Amino acid sequence: MILNLTDAQLGYMLKGALATIELSGAGAVGGALIGLPIALLLVSGGRVSRVVCRAYVHAFQGIPLPVAMFVVYFGIGIFGFDVLPLIAASLALAVNAGAYLGDIWRGSILAVPGTQWEAAESLALSYAQKMINVILPQALRISIPPTVGFVVALIKNTSYAVVIGMAELTYSSRIVNNTTFEPFVIFSLAAAIYFLICFPVSRLSARLERSGFGSRKFSRKEPSV
Amino acid sequence: MNPIVSFKDVRKSFGSTEVLKGINLDVHQGDVVALIGRSGSGKSTALRCVNGLEKISSGTLDVCGYQLHESNVDQRELRLRVGIVFQSYNLFPHLTVRQNIALAPVKVRRLGRAQANALADHVLDQVGLRARADAYPHQLSGGQQQRVAIARSLAMEPVVMLFDEVTSALDPELTGEVLRVMERLARDWMTMLVVTHEMAFAQSVAKKVVFVNDGVIWETGTGVMLKEPQTAELQVFVGNGL
Repeated sequence: MILNLTDAQLGYMLKGALATIELSGAGAVGGALIGLPIALLLVSGGRVSRVVCRAYVHAFQGIPLPVAMFVVYFGIGIFGFDVLPLIAASLALAVNAGAYLGDIWRGSILAVPGTQWEAAESLALSYAQKMINVILPQALRISIPPTVGFVVALIKNTSYAVVIGMAELTYSSRIVNNTTFEPFVIFSLAAAIYFLICFPVSRLSARLERSGFGSRKFSRKEPSV
Repeated sequence: MNPIVSFKDVRKSFGSTEVLKGINLDVHQGDVVALIGRSGSGKSTALRCVNGLEKISSGTLDVCGYQLHESNVDQRELRLRVGIVFQSYNLFPHLTVRQNIALAPVKVRRLGRAQANALADHVLDQVGLRARADAYPHQLSGGQQQRVAIARSLAMEPVVMLFDEVTSALDPELTGEVLRVMERLARDWMTMLVVTHEMAFAQSVAKKVVFVNDGVIWETGTGVMLKEPQTAELQVFVGNGL
């Protein structure tokens, strides 16, 4: 017994926390798989692919996440498929994250100085060689803080999955509260669990920046002339 | 002998601004040509046309047999033959000196890793920086970074090398160490096109000095021309420059 909760109640909340972590992972990985090609196409795709990707980014940045979850959950239902809330929520999160990460990474790629692109091209590197060996490693460093910040926001946004009845942390907290009637205790506990999930991710940013790759030494500007 | 670089009535506009207004210039094997002139005169633009970083608007430009005025130029093949060194070095900050140099030989020339590293050490010897092979660019002085940039370009074994104001960001002492490397290249018969504000270098090392003014070649000659300018414009420029 902790905080007057039975083991079963506590276990149910922790199960919800686990679902929150799963959902976050699925959303982030799916978002990355969508976001990277979008970023590359926005930077160096043809006219048509740029227009399509930009439309995608604007569309999904403009749709509230709970609404997207409803659309995916009930949309798939219309075609006669039964879809698990976990799948529908993951899909909606991934599609949403793809739009944001695509734009964040587009900006990170374009933030690599033009002189680096010229130097790579002048060494006769192909497009793929230039991106893989010169541009993306530098863009990756630039993208660490906004990407980590977005992933932390994504973890918290998984709580919207409550609208389609997915048993993640917010949902399970509400269920437990319905039997204990101690909302302050229950939701404070939920807040603490969310914090414990998010905090290590936030710390990751600082660690990555301190480690070789994100180190300040790489961000030092070449002398201005 | 055919020239390695041949400009014929080359024009270049950025939007409605015409920067090159009919450039005619031949550069032969082993030539060291210094392009001098005011900032904004078009000399850097002319240089950047030679390796395809800028596309010419009209006229003809033949570089190592590639017709750069035509639309189907293989830029990568061209750039295997034309090296360029920039004012701001443009070393890759996330790679060591050796990795900076070995990257293109491994990826583009398909050398083995060991062979490319040996090549990197060889060109680093040429610029006197072999001891710094494992350093990152930010750990080097500006002059050292620029010498690494020269070595990186040399490792591609180019037919002609372009230098775009490579000492403009350096103090006089560091400028000296970079110019000495370039003098050695000139002695070894490297074909070089050098945009520079170093009049002493133009005078003593360049075989041909070209004064670019307002998008055209105003005056051409040997280093002596800087002492005895034929045109009022060059006289003013040299007067202010020296």
